[in-house]
Amino acid sequence: MEFDPFVLARIQFAANISFHILFPAISIGLAWLLFYFRVRFTLSGDQLWDYTYNFWVKIFALTFALGVVSGITMSFQFGTNWPGFMEKAGNIAGPLLGYEVLTAFFLEASFLGIMLFGKNRVSNRLHLIATFLVAFGTMLSAFWILSLNSWMQTPAGHVIVNGEFMVESWWEVIFNPSFPYRLAHMVIASLLTSAFLVAGVSAWRALKGMDGPGTWKVMKTGVVLAAVLTPLQIFVGDLHGLNTLEHQPAKVAAMEAAWETEKGAPLVLFGWPDEDRRETRWALEIPKGASLILTHELDGEIRGLNEFEGEHPPVAMVFWAFRIMVGMGVLMLIVSWWGGWSLRGEHKPGKPLLHVLSWMTFSGWVAVLAGWYVTEIGRQPWIVYGLLKVKDVVADHSSATLTGTLAGYLLLYVFLLASYIGAIRYLATKPARSQALTPGYTTKHAPTE
Amino acid sequence: MEYWLPVVYVSIMGLALLVYVILDGYDLGVGMLLPAASEAEKDTMIASIGPFWDANETWIVLGIGVLLIAFPKAHGVVLTALYIPVTLMLFGLTLRGVAFDMRVKAGDKRKGMWNRAFFIGSLVASMSQGWMLGFYITGLQNNPVSLIFAALIAITLPALYVMLGAAWLMMKTETELFNKAVKWARIALLPMGICLLLVSIATPLASSVIAERWFTLPAAIGLLPIPLSCALVYFGMSWLLSKPVLLKRGWGWLLFGGLVVICIMASLGLAYSIFPDIIIGQMDIWTAAAATDSLLFLLYGVAITLPAIIGYSIFVYRVFHGKATELSYE
Ligand code: HDD
Ligand code: HEM
Ligand code: HEM
Repeated sequence: MEFDPFVLARIQFAANISFHILFPAISIGLAWLLFYFRVRFTLSGDQLWDYTYNFWVKIFALTFALGVVSGITMSFQFGTNWPGFMEKAGNIAGPLLGYEVLTAFFLEASFLGIMLFGKNRVSNRLHLIATFLVAFGTMLSAFWILSLNSWMQTPAGHVIVNGEFMVESWWEVIFNPSFPYRLAHMVIASLLTSAFLVAGVSAWRALKGMDGPGTWKVMKTGVVLAAVLTPLQIFVGDLHGLNTLEHQPAKVAAMEAAWETEKGAPLVLFGWPDEDRRETRWALEIPKGASLILTHELDGEIRGLNEFEGEHPPVAMVFWAFRIMVGMGVLMLIVSWWGGWSLRGEHKPGKPLLHVLSWMTFSGWVAVLAGWYVTEIGRQPWIVYGLLKVKDVVADHSSATLTGTLAGYLLLYVFLLASYIGAIRYLATKPARSQALTPGYTTKHAPTE
Repeated sequence: MEYWLPVVYVSIMGLALLVYVILDGYDLGVGMLLPAASEAEKDTMIASIGPFWDANETWIVLGIGVLLIAFPKAHGVVLTALYIPVTLMLFGLTLRGVAFDMRVKAGDKRKGMWNRAFFIGSLVASMSQGWMLGFYITGLQNNPVSLIFAALIAITLPALYVMLGAAWLMMKTETELFNKAVKWARIALLPMGICLLLVSIATPLASSVIAERWFTLPAAIGLLPIPLSCALVYFGMSWLLSKPVLLKRGWGWLLFGGLVVICIMASLGLAYSIFPDIIIGQMDIWTAAAATDSLLFLLYGVAITLPAIIGYSIFVYRVFHGKATELSYE
């Protein structure tokens, strides 16, 4: 079987970045949670926070390791898959990636050693600082890489000389129009992902009777964090969408499956966008909804896909990915508020809540992946929006080579992902240390049958 | 500026890759030695590299990063040509990075499997790196000579890493494991020496560009200190290894130091052979360089962060100085 090498190169890149993002999505948020646990322990001297930290730091270490190794793959990918991109946009992409390595990667990687294994070798204060620096480093990573990604989405601050991008203003390149929104949305996304992870794993431990008092504290931390951040995330997402409408109208048209340019466009809740017929079949619509959400006016004008014929992204994938993300957002809102309400004061959660929370353990991953698919598929066919097409930068590997390496990557990823989740389950099934060490403690908060 | 910036960057790249070979070299080496140790010793070996391996690996990200940042035109060509070994290396690095954590977290039943994964990952990564280096030195040509040469380096580099790993263990371990490390180093020394020698003989044969540089007269004399010091260090190491008493008294680090000298000398030789090309015989650093403005913009960052990175790396090594103890998160 022969596949188009161009398509294969894209699938491979997409597979690798999708795999990579799973781990930063957890480690950015979890690093801050761990820092919070340490601060709580330092301030209160309450052992439970110490146990909590000790449990989660193991999962953090594992996550971080996966993030690092898959990230190293990423840093080779630009050259192996899109050599033309670096040739043409290297003057911009290069320094941004360089700053990421210099300011973030070394910082994280070096202090990680102290954070993980140095608790008995350095003072508590120094250990706190190391933990902080790791968390800070993960944010710096996100800052630089998202700056680059956003520049590719909404390029600014450059001139094109002989087909090569040259920088005119670094400030405009770094703080390009979509960057602040994307950074905020992503950082909140990873805090949410880890909030649901800690809440979900804790709920699961409670269901299995493996919990200790520490487990409950973490569960509550996760739930409360999610209850506060989910509305914020929806708000930021809305702003992000408005910004996209301004700079990448074709993407928004695909998200909304809006074919014709119209005033007072309806909001399509569900349906099947059919690109051959150029219409959405079986559409369930709210009249004027899209105009209201996107322009904040009932009769606002939304530009339709037909204006961009031949240059707009595949509609159905963007449309569905967007609905999955927003659906997850709504679900997170309901669950976290329900959880927050049930856990207020000294209240004990019922079994249904624990079940739902444990199903939601990896809900952040689903939303993050869906969100990135909207973003990345939505900008097709461009690699630098409006200026450089993906097909003009692809490397010419043979289809056989690419099929082989792609199969290798996929096998490896499935194996690693299964092992990762397996390891979390395994760690979580060991009875909580806080349980063993608290005399007379029985799982008193556990749901009554 | 136009002249100097690429030179500065190529030096940074060389430095990053040299530091990578030394630092990740020892932990890859420890990985390759793993099957030779008993179960308990395996834990100590892994503990000895636990706090460091991640930062060690970051140096290759920097090295490749600089290639990508400063020489974007070469980056695409080099990485496209090295696509398969790069992919294999990434598989190897991924596997071992994960195995490192999994072997203690996935439950005792699986520990054996992850230990093997750690070994295989280390071996595959080291061999692919050797292959990449060899293929690069011959100018990325697909002919039989290049391939044989690449294959030769694909076994030389792991041999060097194994030596580094053994030397590292001598500094970080005691008693039984220490004795084993000495034994391993003794076994690895000769093959490593022969390999290095073969590589030195083969390099000018495999690359006419390099041959020319080595054997023109005034330069040839200037180059002499490189093979001489390597030979000297080599015999020094072999003498040291025959004196277990000295090693026991804590002079094991000299072995590591000797290997570092060899690495430095080899990279000086390499730098001399290649400079100012970035792809031998095809493209020089000025042709490949990114725009001056971009290079300058990043240089400020380099000037501030690189000393800081070196500073806190040293700090971390000092925190974990001394014999390796059991790794504990608590
Ligand atoms: C926990 C994760 C999460 C949740 C709950 C949401 N998002 Fe999101 N979204 C992301 C995680 C994310 C992301 C992974 O972080 C993306 C991908 C790229 C980016 O910048 O953020 C993203 C992209 C993204 C985009 C595409 C922007 C572009 O490509 O230009 C829009 C319009 C929204 N989001 C809007 C929303 C709305 C209205 C939400 C309301 C429920 C929402 N997101 C929930
Ligand atoms: C922030 C850093 C990122 C950068 C610099 C980046 C850059 C790129 C590049 C260069 C391509 C290939 C060209 C193309 O097909 O458009 C691409 C495609 C893609 N990326 Fe990203 N990306 C980033 C983050 C992500 C994340 C986190 C995900 C997913 C979770 C993702 C998902 C995809 C997908 C699915 C494609 C393939 C789209 C297609 O070809 O149809 N990207 N991205
Ligand atoms: C094409 C895009 C990307 C490249 C080339 C890339 C590269 C890398 C590399 C090389 C590492 C390992 C660093 C080390 O050695 O310590 C890494 C880790 C990391 N990356 Fe990425 N990355 C990309 C996309 C992203 C995105 C989209 C994010 C988040 C928004 C992100 C956030 C992180 C974080 C936080 C880490 C630290 C390790 C971890 O948290 O698991 N990266 N990345």
